[in-house]
Amino acid sequence: MDRDSIRKGLDRWGRCGMVIAAVLCILLLLLMVLGLLWKSWPILESHSLAGLFLSSVWKPHGGQFGFLAFIVGSLCITGVAVLLAMPVSLLTTIYLSEYAGRRIRAVMSPLIDLLAGIPSVVYGVWGVLVVVPLVKDFLAPLFGRFSSGYCVLSAGVVLAIMILPIIIHVGTDVLKSVPQGLREASLSLGANRWETVKHVVLRRAAPGLLAANVLGVSRAFGETMAVLMVAGNVAVIPKSAFDPAYPLPALIANNYGEMMSIPQYDSALMLAALMLFVVVLGFNLLSRWVFARMELHISG
Amino acid sequence: MTANTHIEVKDLNVHYGAVHALKNIHVSIPNCQITAVIGPSGCGKSTLLRSFNRMLDTMDDVRVTGGVLVDGENIFATNADVPRLRRKMGLLSQRPFPLPMSIYDNVAYGPRIHGIGRRSDLDRTVEKYLRMANMWDEVRDRLHEPAARLSIGQQQRLCLARGLAVEPEIILADEPTSALDPISSRHIEHQFRELKADYTLVIVTHILRQARRLADYVLFMYLGELIEHGPAAELFENPREDLTKDYIKGTIS
Amino acid sequence: MRKKIEEIAAKILMIGATVVVAGMVVLILGTVLWRGLPALSWEMISQTPSGGYYLGKGGGILNAIVGSLLVAGGATLLSLSLALPVALCLNVYFKTRSRLAGCVRASLDVLWGVPSIVYGAFGFALMLWLGLRASLLGGIITVALMILPIMIRAMDEVIHMVPREMLEASDALGATRWEGAWKVILRQALPGLASAALIAFGRGVGDAASVLFTAGFSDRIPMSLAEPAATLPLAIFFQLGTPFPEVQQRGYAAALILTAIVLAASALARLVSHRAGRYVIR
Repeated sequence: MDRDSIRKGLDRWGRCGMVIAAVLCILLLLLMVLGLLWKSWPILESHSLAGLFLSSVWKPHGGQFGFLAFIVGSLCITGVAVLLAMPVSLLTTIYLSEYAGRRIRAVMSPLIDLLAGIPSVVYGVWGVLVVVPLVKDFLAPLFGRFSSGYCVLSAGVVLAIMILPIIIHVGTDVLKSVPQGLREASLSLGANRWETVKHVVLRRAAPGLLAANVLGVSRAFGETMAVLMVAGNVAVIPKSAFDPAYPLPALIANNYGEMMSIPQYDSALMLAALMLFVVVLGFNLLSRWVFARMELHISG
Repeated sequence: MTANTHIEVKDLNVHYGAVHALKNIHVSIPNCQITAVIGPSGCGKSTLLRSFNRMLDTMDDVRVTGGVLVDGENIFATNADVPRLRRKMGLLSQRPFPLPMSIYDNVAYGPRIHGIGRRSDLDRTVEKYLRMANMWDEVRDRLHEPAARLSIGQQQRLCLARGLAVEPEIILADEPTSALDPISSRHIEHQFRELKADYTLVIVTHILRQARRLADYVLFMYLGELIEHGPAAELFENPREDLTKDYIKGTIS
Repeated sequence: MRKKIEEIAAKILMIGATVVVAGMVVLILGTVLWRGLPALSWEMISQTPSGGYYLGKGGGILNAIVGSLLVAGGATLLSLSLALPVALCLNVYFKTRSRLAGCVRASLDVLWGVPSIVYGAFGFALMLWLGLRASLLGGIITVALMILPIMIRAMDEVIHMVPREMLEASDALGATRWEGAWKVILRQALPGLASAALIAFGRGVGDAASVLFTAGFSDRIPMSLAEPAATLPLAIFFQLGTPFPEVQQRGYAAALILTAIVLAASALARLVSHRAGRYVIR
């Protein structure tokens, strides 16, 4: 074989291999759905959907797997986290992209990266050291309640901080996509900065900012380690923010040791993983759909 | 096809999506001369040039009909060997794009790919083409420095040497001096005049004076159509078409 | 007048929020430093746990430090071997508005959002299917899957920044796209690619949920891929879970070590991408 045909062969086969590798990434996603579905099929087959999702009776030894307490636990914690994170992150995003000078941005940007880089188990440690005592000794008594500190509120606070960076990051990209001309037009009509932000920038960017929060929600929903360490992990539907909760990821993480020894337990935990996957997928697709409609290119 | 035709364009039509970028181009480009393609920006000059070495392939939504014959061989034929075709043509772009490697490796990139492995052969090749691009004396002591350290004018000459090193027959240049200072531009133009003894050169330019200085043959394009073509002296002195007259006088640009 | 007051109020709120965000970073890092530093000792970093370490006896967490580095390092290498071809392919072989490329990127974005515990569960199912037990290899495979989308999308962005004309220059010399990808694009993007790999490494080191079922835990430093490996995040988690204050103390110190490793990786990533390589064209 002459040199040129070797070169061309390499190009053709290399191209084939690379395209296959790229297609593998799509397949990985499908494989994940199928794998989780396959492993959780036994329990979906032997239990009614109502028994699984609308019951809060969790007795693996008795073959009863009611996920309601875990689902509600996850929702509560995520809800608290988003309620706390949304205003702070939105205000910060607006400040950093509309008001702050280059100096402040140069300081804040690495700080936010830092926040995003801290491992979740370290957030957990911090939660145990700071948030739990704060809730137990200060916040709960303030409302006349007793709490061990390991509760929905603590988990929500820790999660809120964890999702701040992603909301700010994506939100900044969204605001950057608002054309400068719009701001100038508004300013030249005599509006001040805040009015311009309120009436022009935010109106234009609202769907994107909302989608940034949805992305934050999906991140919060699947977060495991930090929540596991501060949520209390009691399989009962929480009645207030000071009660412990047992979110889905913590359920999976906590029981991996036993799951092979009790019949169908492994299948139940895989179902929990599948639920997480589906919910997170849904939120993700929703926010990406908004970004696509706004013709934004966002990764993260 | 006349005896000294090198590139023959036959009923070439190019569409980008809905845009009809080249309309029924039919022209022969002579061997061993400098052919200048002139016309206002957006008239399709660059597209024409990029169709010669099938660089159009890399763009989205491109539809090409008709043909371009180089040495009598249709480059748009489905079985055309594109890398070999491209090797026949050196391309000089508007801005120099040196490769992210040393000066030496930039020139040696093509020869290495095409099979020169021996160090002594490579050394000789690199020297030969750096000399041909008239920059050997400037860089002989710093051959292994990154190409990025050269001035922009030197980078463009390096790109010329790099293109020459694959031993093409044709040199395509897309506004090759538009990013350069006047002195570097002069260097490049001087180079071109020397090269036309051995190579066919096609130069896209929007600088009329440059076309007058360099060209033996001229193509005038307007809105995707080839309005007029002919020997430079004839076209500049006695343009047949009104559009050409207006363009040369500067009423349209 | 009202306009003015409203703007000032809004501004105060915004600055307040920004200060809160910055304060949180300082607060978290400060807490970890303040609680971890007193418990940190040379013994912790340099020794494996002796018997009864989790009851307060002597030893260190060298097993977990080495285990984490092995898991994350192995995963980074494994992931790299798929990420690099995919990222190159997306930019070299696919046209800029290719449907398939769009599909691949969308899948990667979704995979990026999948929680690491789901990767853990999936990796566990995968290992059962392959007949693997919780081991270094299992951890490496799972973490590699988890950091794959992070790495590819980061690399994709880096390679996307390489001027298109550079690839065309290589084309015009009669090079194939394969040659252009590996000889030109790779060299130009190298600092950014290294930085992307480091970012992915940092993510791999810090993640606990994905290695929980797949890497196992052991007091020994793993000597082969088939042995279980301890990881730092899990070591922290277990130490905090004991009722003994001195063990918990060491958990804080371990958290400090983990934070230091992760931050060092991200600092190095920044450094590498800013101090670009010698030959990179700017």
